[in-house]
Amino acid sequence: MSDPAADTGYADPPPRMGFFTDTSVCIGCKACEVACKEWNAIPEDGMELTGMSYDNTAGLGASTWRHVAFVERRGPVPAGPGGEGGEPSPQGAATPGREEGELRWLMASDVCKHCTHAACLDVCPTGALFRTEFGTVVVQEDVCNGCGYCIPACPYGVIDQRRGDGRAWKCTLCYDRISTGLEPACAKACPTESIQYGPVEELRERAASRLAALQEAGVRQARLYGADPDDGVGGAGAFFLLLDEPEVYGLPPDPVVTTRDLPSMWRHAAVAAAGLLGAAVLACLTGRRR
Amino acid sequence: MSPRRRREAGGERPTVPAAEFASYYGRPVLKPPVWRSLDIAGYFFLGGLAGASSALAAGASWTGRPVLARNAQVAAVGAVGLSTAALVHDLGRPARFGNMLRVAKPTSPMSVGSWLLAAYGPLAGAAALSTLTGRLPRLGRAAGTAAAVLGPAVAAYTAVLIADTAVPAWHEAHRELPFLFAGSAAAAAGGLGLLTVPPAESGPARLLSLAGAATELTAATLIRRRLGLVARPYRAGRGGRLLRAAEGLTLAATAAAAAAPRRRLPSALAGVALLTGSALTRFGVFHAGVDSARDPVYTVRPQRERLRARRRAERPASAPGG
Repeated sequence: MSDPAADTGYADPPPRMGFFTDTSVCIGCKACEVACKEWNAIPEDGMELTGMSYDNTAGLGASTWRHVAFVERRGPVPAGPGGEGGEPSPQGAATPGREEGELRWLMASDVCKHCTHAACLDVCPTGALFRTEFGTVVVQEDVCNGCGYCIPACPYGVIDQRRGDGRAWKCTLCYDRISTGLEPACAKACPTESIQYGPVEELRERAASRLAALQEAGVRQARLYGADPDDGVGGAGAFFLLLDEPEVYGLPPDPVVTTRDLPSMWRHAAVAAAGLLGAAVLACLTGRRR
Repeated sequence: MSPRRRREAGGERPTVPAAEFASYYGRPVLKPPVWRSLDIAGYFFLGGLAGASSALAAGASWTGRPVLARNAQVAAVGAVGLSTAALVHDLGRPARFGNMLRVAKPTSPMSVGSWLLAAYGPLAGAAALSTLTGRLPRLGRAAGTAAAVLGPAVAAYTAVLIADTAVPAWHEAHRELPFLFAGSAAAAAGGLGLLTVPPAESGPARLLSLAGAATELTAATLIRRRLGLVARPYRAGRGGRLLRAAEGLTLAATAAAAAAPRRRLPSALAGVALLTGSALTRFGVFHAGVDSARDPVYTVRPQRERLRARRRAERPASAPGG
């Protein structure tokens, strides 16, 4: 398994740190959201009622680095990932009270994935985004010039520009806290250990055994998300145990780091540029003269 | 317009069934770009106009067309100057624009582009200054040649800039967009030549604009053909409308430029249409991308299909279904 901190050039980095968010024990208390805001002194980001179950935060953003999703699902419990019939039904079409099946209330605390191959970090032109010794991805607020490139680059829609401030912001995995041996504020505040912080390698083992235990208990729909080092982002430093398909929680089902195709893009652009130069010169050589 | 093209533009082919998909309350998975369209799509147009004009100017000066060379050089400087202003204006922290040259990162097309512009802008400026003042002609010529080599890169890299994102309509078109942008840039530079240069010298501008228009139209057609569901924002909505207008203008302009090559007025009108068409192309591509990021269907469905195909490939065909 590749270690992003070592790949970046840290000589003898500490173990890669991350989150395992086990949504099967999330109770939707939003203590993580509050603790994150408090510790990181993040400004208020709107006080609207969304009508989306108990979720009035709506999603991750420049001023929301932990977001608790609330999903109300009716109908049959979905099969496990990869099973036949694993195609999720659209939830927007559900009419409460008129459909068959028991209501399943899914809660999940979302966060920056701190990807092994992080598109935001790759495309940042100023070097404001950097890889820490813990293998996490952090924005240096004194360097960011608000170019906005990281925002559409993120395959999860995590990082965003803060209005009125102009810079891009996201979860730092509490870089200040973990540097001194503390755990991140959200994990500290989580009352059910839905959010677990630790070395990624250890968390992956813990997640695998938790998944096995749930499967054993008959929770066939349980699956890990972001724990596979061979996925499109090289595995996430913050991964999840979900009880439904990822898109039901607003997560992309098969994210890929966009820079994986960058060599091909540069090749196509080089051919196009050479063609443009050639066409301009040829046009002058063959264009009718006086 | 051939019958095949018309069918393509008219009826949407059901390449992907409009099946249902799951999302979180219909909210986008991605964060749409925060770039302002006037700044960024405007920059794509102006950067393309500048870069292709520098290439045309160098060719014109080598082949003894002083008016075309001068006008293209002046256009290049004006366009690259405006471009830079638009880019700085779009920053969340404009005062920190200098941070763009803080590092050099080949993984960041924006970093590559910043260094390209930093090299190209002064060269284009030196070439134009030398031509206008008549001073240091040899240095001016050298600067013009260097600008001609870097210019096409300035015109084409912006396609990589947007393709290197998670935005479905941009990323999935990463093979065609560089050709679309280079073609659009050639059409614009040719159009400017047709507009500002008398027919005696505008032959190369006309040829370049024809080649550019053909490349641009072909690339746009390929994008709509190849992208399946993700091609929809290029056909419908604001992006689709802008691109249709761009193609209409470009086709009309090429017809006019080809039909009346020695007459000033049709040539000038063709030039205006080409410039407008090129600008509309960039705005169309910009809005198609933004629309594709705003609707979760363009993120979820193609990824879901990719997953399903991968699982089908992994599972032996003879195995019993799970």
